[in-house]
Parts: sequence; structure tokens; C-alpha cells
Amino acid sequence: MYQFEYHRPKTVEEVTALLARCESPKILAGGMTLLATMKQRLAAPSDLIDLQDIPGISGISADAKNVTIGAMTRHADVASSKEVARAIPALAYLAGRIGDPLVRHRGTIGGSIANNDPAADYPAACLGLGASIVTNSREIPADDYFRGMFETALKDKEIILRIVFPIPQNAAYQKFPNPASRYAMVGAFVSRSAAGVRVAVTGAGPGVFRMTAMETALAKTFTPAALDGITAPIGEMLQDMHASGEYRASLIGVMAKRAVASLTG
Amino acid sequence: MNATDARKATGIGAAVRRKEDFRFITGNGNYTDDINRQGQAYAYFVRSPHAHATIDAIDFADALAAPGVLSVLTGKDVAADGLGGLICGWLIHSKDGSPMKTGAHPVLALTHVRYVGDHVAVVIAETAAQAKDAADLVNVSYGELASVSAVAQAQDKAAAQVHPEAPRNTCFEWELGDRAATEAAFSKAAKIVRLDFANNRLIPNAMEPRAAIGEYDKGTGIYTLHTTSQNPHVARLVLSAFVGLAPENKLRVIATDVGGGFGSKIFIYSEETVCVWASKKVGRPVKWVAERSESFVSDAHGRDHQTHAELALDANGKMLGLRVKTIANLGAYLQLFSSSVPTYLYATLLSGQYDLPAIYCEVDGVLTHTAPVDAYRGAGRPEATYVLERLVETAAREIGMDPAEFRRRNFIRKFPHQTPVIMAYDVGDYEASLNEACRLINYADFPARRRESESRGMRRGIGFSAYIEACGIAPSAAVGSLGAGVGLWESAEVRVNPTGSVEVLTGAHSHGQGHETTFAQLVSDRLGIPIDNVEIVHGDTDKVQFGMGTYGSRSGAVGMSAIQVALDKVIAKARKIAAHVLEAGEGDIVFEDGRFSVAGTDRGMAFAELALQAYTGHKFPTSEIEPGLKESSFYDPTNFTFPAGCHIAEVEVDPETGVVRVEKFVAVDDFGNIINPMIVEGQVHGGVAQGIGQALLEHAVYDPETGQLLSGSFMDYCMPRADNLPSFDVGVTITPAPSNPLGLKGCGEAGAIGSPPAIINAITDALGIRDIAMPVTPERAWRAARGL
Ligand SMILES: Cc1cc2nc3c(=O)[nH]c(=O)nc-3n(C[C@H](O)[C@H](O)[C@H](O)COP(=O)(O)OP(=O)(O)OC[C@H]3O[C@@H](n4cnc5c(N)ncnc54)[C@H](O)[C@@H]3O)c2cc1C
Repeated sequence: MYQFEYHRPKTVEEVTALLARCESPKILAGGMTLLATMKQRLAAPSDLIDLQDIPGISGISADAKNVTIGAMTRHADVASSKEVARAIPALAYLAGRIGDPLVRHRGTIGGSIANNDPAADYPAACLGLGASIVTNSREIPADDYFRGMFETALKDKEIILRIVFPIPQNAAYQKFPNPASRYAMVGAFVSRSAAGVRVAVTGAGPGVFRMTAMETALAKTFTPAALDGITAPIGEMLQDMHASGEYRASLIGVMAKRAVASLTG
Repeated sequence: MNATDARKATGIGAAVRRKEDFRFITGNGNYTDDINRQGQAYAYFVRSPHAHATIDAIDFADALAAPGVLSVLTGKDVAADGLGGLICGWLIHSKDGSPMKTGAHPVLALTHVRYVGDHVAVVIAETAAQAKDAADLVNVSYGELASVSAVAQAQDKAAAQVHPEAPRNTCFEWELGDRAATEAAFSKAAKIVRLDFANNRLIPNAMEPRAAIGEYDKGTGIYTLHTTSQNPHVARLVLSAFVGLAPENKLRVIATDVGGGFGSKIFIYSEETVCVWASKKVGRPVKWVAERSESFVSDAHGRDHQTHAELALDANGKMLGLRVKTIANLGAYLQLFSSSVPTYLYATLLSGQYDLPAIYCEVDGVLTHTAPVDAYRGAGRPEATYVLERLVETAAREIGMDPAEFRRRNFIRKFPHQTPVIMAYDVGDYEASLNEACRLINYADFPARRRESESRGMRRGIGFSAYIEACGIAPSAAVGSLGAGVGLWESAEVRVNPTGSVEVLTGAHSHGQGHETTFAQLVSDRLGIPIDNVEIVHGDTDKVQFGMGTYGSRSGAVGMSAIQVALDKVIAKARKIAAHVLEAGEGDIVFEDGRFSVAGTDRGMAFAELALQAYTGHKFPTSEIEPGLKESSFYDPTNFTFPAGCHIAEVEVDPETGVVRVEKFVAVDDFGNIINPMIVEGQVHGGVAQGIGQALLEHAVYDPETGQLLSGSFMDYCMPRADNLPSFDVGVTITPAPSNPLGLKGCGEAGAIGSPPAIINAITDALGIRDIAMPVTPERAWRAARGL
């Protein structure tokens, strides 16, 4: 790790001011991704701006329509939240399967979606539920937010404040973990709501994406069998030492079916 | 508690809780990284980013000028100081009689780097962070060269050469067994079963990374090395006699608490060598602690074989002969025992538990641009067991015989048994282990369990592995005749204190095995004293005079036997003293439950009283019997020991995803006598976990083009975790080893040796296929399930 300045501002305004003033600053949330990258000397920010003291950007609230989760909310808090369990149990289930207990008690939802690892879990929930990402300057629909591998719609120095998840009729997440890292090799998030069916897939491609063919099929008949024969384009899948594109594509079908099956009982 | 109860509670056979664990789990262990010396500086190594390159220039002016930097040293400095290179301690000869061929293994690379992670330079600075920062400023000009990492390509004519001394990257072409007899056996065969397979390359990943502190005392000229070694005396010998760091009497090596090794800490590496050497150059103690990423690239790896094997059977399912051709990856340089692992520790076990009249094995050891490969838990025996037990199970299936029955038909039943591959098995009862394993897994009911799985769309399979291995390799003369540069005896010294407490100095080394408990149990049992009155001292060349360390499951059979012999000497002398003190004839002195007494009388004294008498010397003639009570032994066993057993795995495969779940795992082992059943079971659990890791999860993968280690972190290198494993059913059968006084065989590696073929046999059974490559990743099983 290289030398850096550490800041612990108390307001969003202070964060903005620091971001403007520092040479190559980085926001620090749970540090689970950022600190590891810095230790490997793959990132060398001049300044770290820790968000943990900022009031109002962590915690969970729910009303009849939405579950709102502050950017600094830890995975473990989402996993164990009664509100989330009541309104969107699939989201609590997903959070409880991120990494290990250590990671879940440090890592945050804001950090996860700011980073947008192609194998991360939260992006599947955001896209699969049609969430909105609220920043210090605007509100971005999930459909516009995720732009491929580690790419998002966030502008330089934009800060995620919270994520708003519309409450679906029901939803399910099925994750096939990479045996080593336990990130998603394929994760399928399926939701049903008045706005329609959404199927979001993480881990398989160079970023989370929707399987629109599956959504159309499920909108007609919401059964696992409706997904028979619907395949993801193998050429667009990720390939690495753990899994080929062909295998990932096949897992999308299996995971999506299992998610649907869990909802149709 | 009286003495008899005390012995039952803490003596041989008792499941005593590990004495050392309280220290370890409360953070009070004293590992190398816990040790800090006055004025200590820190080393950071500049490592090769290339698999193969020339070193054209090293410019370290900027590094030297960086804050806190004390020194930057390169291979030229090592050469200028006349240090030798690192060595391989086992000389192998090829079929044609020529000695193995390899290039020098410099402590810091001189002209070439030969694997990613190879040591190029060292930066020594006031802090670890400063050393690492400055290492970034060392500018090495490399001339990149083509590389070869895969064992199968190493001997290609077009393959890049690792060392000019070894044409076609071939270090040796070795053979064992009788070729003509084996050809003859095959010519009579009714059935020949053939398989080709790889034994996947593994990275040891001990919990504690390697570490070292070198220190030079200007006043005495003595160097001290604190390090993570499984055999500190061997480290001292090699660093002194071969590397030439310091005369043996001017070098002390200390390795007390060590957090796991699995073989990887047997070897002498560049890092500790440099720390000792540099400590004099900079006039400060020099510390180095591996980062996990460094461990991945620079610890010696394990396995990595490519094998073609054939088994010949007669019409009745009797084995006639075995033919094996293996190419073993040795890596870029030979480590301390690299050459022995795929040869004498491998092919000598190819007879397994079977009466196999003819065996012929050829092994080519090849050099590649990868980290050195050496002993890793099991060292050669897992590879041998894999070859044989995969062939045996496949043969049973292909002749339509039950795999248990096929094994029974071929088991060795008369002992001693001379195999065609050197080993003379002394004792065993293979059918007993097989039968017990079948009972524990409820073999007869397997078809019902399979139907139940199938009703859920799953595929279930069962697989056997009846392994044998060799531990406590000895006697020294025999090991020497096979090419070893060392003897494999062990030493012990029993020091009785005047108050009757005891220190035992052992040349064996504990890095997780629990010697502080099991060795103390032996002493408690034999001397009839409480286990807490016994201290086990190991891992310091200033305390223990010499020892061979711990590997190859030798500490019980060899190390404890040495203690037993020394204890016998202590008791013999004590008996003489007791005779004088109790005024009786020596022949009338009985020693029982920690008490010396005169037979048939109530006259007697406790062991502690006798100890005091020994040290006062008041009541016996010191002209005949020396005062004091301290005895030692150098014990050399008469033979190897042959632990054997039967593992059975039952797996369920999800054909949709390819996920393999190990549903049941039974291990029934014959380790001879058992000192502490809880510790033995723990060793089996750990070994089986590693074996399942090899079969399903772990794989060291080098990029075939660039020679970069692709599985260089836990994000990609998959270690077994609790949820990958079932609850193990562990059983024992016992035939005491006749080659040592305690009847012990050794239990440290059996789990890793027996389990991989059991798992693969179960998976191939579940999927109805002939073979599948390790590790069986979900994708591999998924492909196999769909016939892809
Ligand atoms: C061992 C391990 C296993 C893991 N397993 C999984 C897994 O299974 N599934 C999974 O999804 N993830 C997994 N993760 C990642 C984990 O969820 C991380 O916590 C997450 O990716 C980053 O969150 P963080 O709070 O730690 O962010 P940090 O590491 O602090 O920051 C990450 C990035 O986001 C930026 N950032 C953070 N907060 C904000 C904000 N509010 N606004 C704008 N930018 C911001 C930072 O500047 C940085 O660039 C794992 C991580 C580890 C170490």
C-alpha cells in the first residue's frame, strides 16, 4: 500500500469539497474491495474519504411501495433486517450470501454497486427489481446505471447516497458460487410485480444484464418450463479458468428455473 | 487420582486434549512473525514477473536512495561472497546409469530467471513498507524468453529449455521393476485395463506463511536463524555444509512454533538464506515474512504428474502385472527432495495392497518454468495410490466384478511380503479394513440410496480406495543406498530434573501434529508421572543436538521410538540407583506405576524421590554409577512402516449444474498402535480434507503461453472449506508394526493418500464414465454428465 491521506468528513458537503480539492481521491466505504486493491498496489489514491461518519446514508427504511437502503448499510444488516425480510425476502437472502461474515460486516451496498464487479450479487437485485440509485446529484434507474464490467453511470466524484427498491409481488435469487471466491459464477434474480417480470443475471457476462427473452416467456406463463430452450448467447459470456461461456450460459437457465420454481412452489 | 488412573487418563491410548492448543488458540503461540529482535530491519524480495528471461541489467540506484533503505543485494553479491547454491539432497540415476541432470540453483538469480516469483534481488530497509516501496524502484531489464510450464510439453523438441545442462528438459529417465517379467505377464493377460491421467498440481498453503529472521552476533561470530522449518537441523546442515553461510558451530536455527507445513517447510529456500547472509552485511537482524501472494508463487508445489498406466489380469480377475509411465514436473529447480518424490517415494508403492507379481515403472523427471515441485502431504504415495486404485476400480467394473470382491481376490495375505518394487511389507490385514469400511458405510444398502438419489434427479456413486503407504522411511543404510544424502534415524534426550519432572528433547518437529501431547503421553505412561510434569522441547539446534525433523509421518515411528529407547535407559539406570537406596538387589527392584519398590515388600519410592537421589548422589557409589539422570538415543528403525487402509466415498452429482457433493466418507486405517485416538482422528480428518480438496477443488494453473500463475490467490485457488466436506466416519483396525518398539506406523498423510481415488471412483460410478480429470470442477462433471 502506498501513502495516502485519510479523511473522515461529517457531511456530504464536506465529501464533495474534499473530492474537489484532493489530487486523486477515493471514497472509502467498507474497504473490502478498495483496501485489497491498494494493498496489491493496483490502486494508489492520494486521499481516502471515509463515509462512515456521515449521518443519514446508512440504515434501512420501508413503506408500502419501497425499501430504501442507505449506501453505507452493511451486507449483514440487510441480511438480518426484519423490514427487508418482510418486504423483499429475496434481497435479504442475497445479502446473506455475499462473501463471508467478515465481508458482510464491513462491505456496503453502496460500495458494491459503485464497484460493479461483474460477479457481484447486489447488481442482480438492483436490476432484477428495477431499483433507483440515488446520488448527491440525481436519481439513476438501474436500467441505466450498470454499464458493463466495473463500469457505471456514476460521474467522477458522484456519491451514492441510497438505493430505492420497489417492493415486488415476489422475487427470488439463485446463486451459483464460484467454488474458490464464492462470488457469483452465475446469479439469477427473478421478480414479479405490476410492472412485469424481470430477470437479471450476474456473474455470467461482462456485467449484470437482463434476460428479456426469459422475461417475455415468464410474463406469459410463470413456470420453470416456460424457460425451456431459452439460452443466453454463449459468445457474450465470460470465460475463465473456472468456467467456459458454454457452461455459464447453461447455468443461467438452471438458476433462473430454480428461482422461478421457488416462487411457484 | 492414583498412579494407575493417572496413566489411564494421560498415558498411551488416551484421548488427551492437546496441551499446546490453549497456547495457540489464545494467541500466545510464538511463531516466527511474533519474534522481533532489537534493531531489526526488513527484507523484501524483488521477484521475476516473467516465467523465463535473461537478466540484462539491474539498476537499483533509486531504490538505494529511497527512505529507510539500508541495502540492495543481488545475485552478484551472493556470488562475490562465495556462497553456494541451494541443493537437492537425493541423487537419482537414469536407466543408463547417468546421474540426474539439472542446472545450478542460485540463492538470487544471476543471469536468468526461470519462473514467475524467482528471486532477483532483495531490498533491506528500516520497515517492511519501506523495503516494499523501494523494491518498486529496482529497475530490472529483462530479455523475455519463451517458456514451458506444462509437464506434457516439457520434453518437446521445440520446448524452451530451462537449463542447458538438461537437454529436452529431462532431469532423469528412471525406472524401477522388472521390464521383461512385466512384458511376459502382459503377454499372458486375458484383459488389459489402460488409463491416462494427470495428478493435478497443488499449492500447499500452510496457515502460517514462511518467515525468517537472520541475526549476526559480532562478538561471537554466531548467526541465529529463526525460521518456519519442519527440520531445523537439516536447515543448519545445508546452510552450513552446502551454501557455506557459516560453520555449523556458528549457526543456530530456531523453529519452535510453526503453523503447518505439509512438506513445504522441509526445504531450504532463498529467503531464509538471504536473511542470515544479509544480517552480517547490514549489521542488523533481518526479518522477512511472506505475503500470501508470495507463498503462492514461491513455496514448493506438489504433485503434477502425467501418467499412462496398464493393469494386466488373468481370466479369473487375478492381477498379473502393472506397467506405468509417468512424467513428473519438477519445476524450474530441484528443491531438497524433488527427485525422490516421483521416484522412490512413488513407484515403490505401486504394488499397493495387492499380490502383483510383476511391475515395471518408468518415470521421467522434467524441468519447467514453474515453481519447484517437491514433497507435499503424502509425497509420491498419493500419486501412486491414485494410479493403482483408479486402475483397480476400473478393472473391476470392466470385468463386471464387485470392486470390493475384486480387491479381496488380489489382496496380499501372507507376511512378510516382498513386492517387485523394493518394499518388503512386514504386517497388515487389508481385508479387515475393507470389511470394516464396508460395514461403516453400509455398502449393502447402497443400491437403495442410489435409487433415492435418482428419484430426485441426482446421480449417486460409490468409490473405493484401498491404499498402502510407507512411513518412517528407514533404516538409514537402506535409504542411503537409494540415493538419499542423509540418514533417517531420530534422536531423543530425556532429562530428568531433580524434582522428578522431565524434559524430552526431540529431533522430530511439531508444526501442528501435537507432539507436545503425544510425546508427553509416552513419557507419562512409561515413567508413571503426570503429563504436566513433562515438557517436550524441539526446534532449536542449541537445545536439541541433532534431529531429522518431521515429514513422511515419521515422528511417531521414529521420533517416539527414540524417546522410548532413551526412557528404557533412564529406567535401567534408575533401577540401579533404587537398588542402592532401597538396599536390595537390582533384580528385586520392580518399577510400576511410577514407583520403584522391592518385590514382595512395602519398601519403595516414587519416581520423583528417586530423581532427587540421583542428583544428590548420597546413597549410591558414584564411582560405579554416575550421578544425574539423563539419557539419550539415536534410533534407527529396521524397516519402513506400512500404514494401510480402506477409504470409501459416496457422492451425489447434480447433472444440471455438475455440482458434486460428498455425501459420505469412510476412512478405516491401520496405523498400528495408537497413542492418542483423538489426535489420530484429527490427522485423518485433515488429510481427507486435503485429499478431497485435490479431487474436487484445488488446482495450480499456469498460463501455457506466458507461464503466469493463474491461480495465484484464494480468489482462484480453491481450498476445501467445511461446507465442502461431509462428516467423516473414521474407523481403525490394528496390526502393530514390528519394526519399532512402539508398534506405530504413522498417520499424518494417509488421509491425503487414500482419499482422491475414492472420490474419483465414486464420481465415475455416479456418472457411468470411465475417467474424469481432477479437480472435478462443476463444469467438468456437467460436461461428463452430458457426454460432452
Ligand atoms: C473475501 C471477499 C468475498 C467477497 N464475496 C462477495 C460476494 O460473494 N458477492 C459480492 O457481491 N461481493 C463480494 N465481495 C465484495 C464485497 O461485497 C465488497 O464489500 C463490495 O464489493 C465493496 O463494498 P465496500 O463497502 O467494501 O466498498 P469499498 O471497497 O470501500 O469501495 C469500493 C469502491 O466503491 C467506491 N464507493 C464506495 N462507496 C461509494 C459511494 N457511496 N458512492 C460512490 N462510490 C463509492 C469506492 O470509492 C471504491 O472505488 C467480497 C469481498 C471479499 C473481500
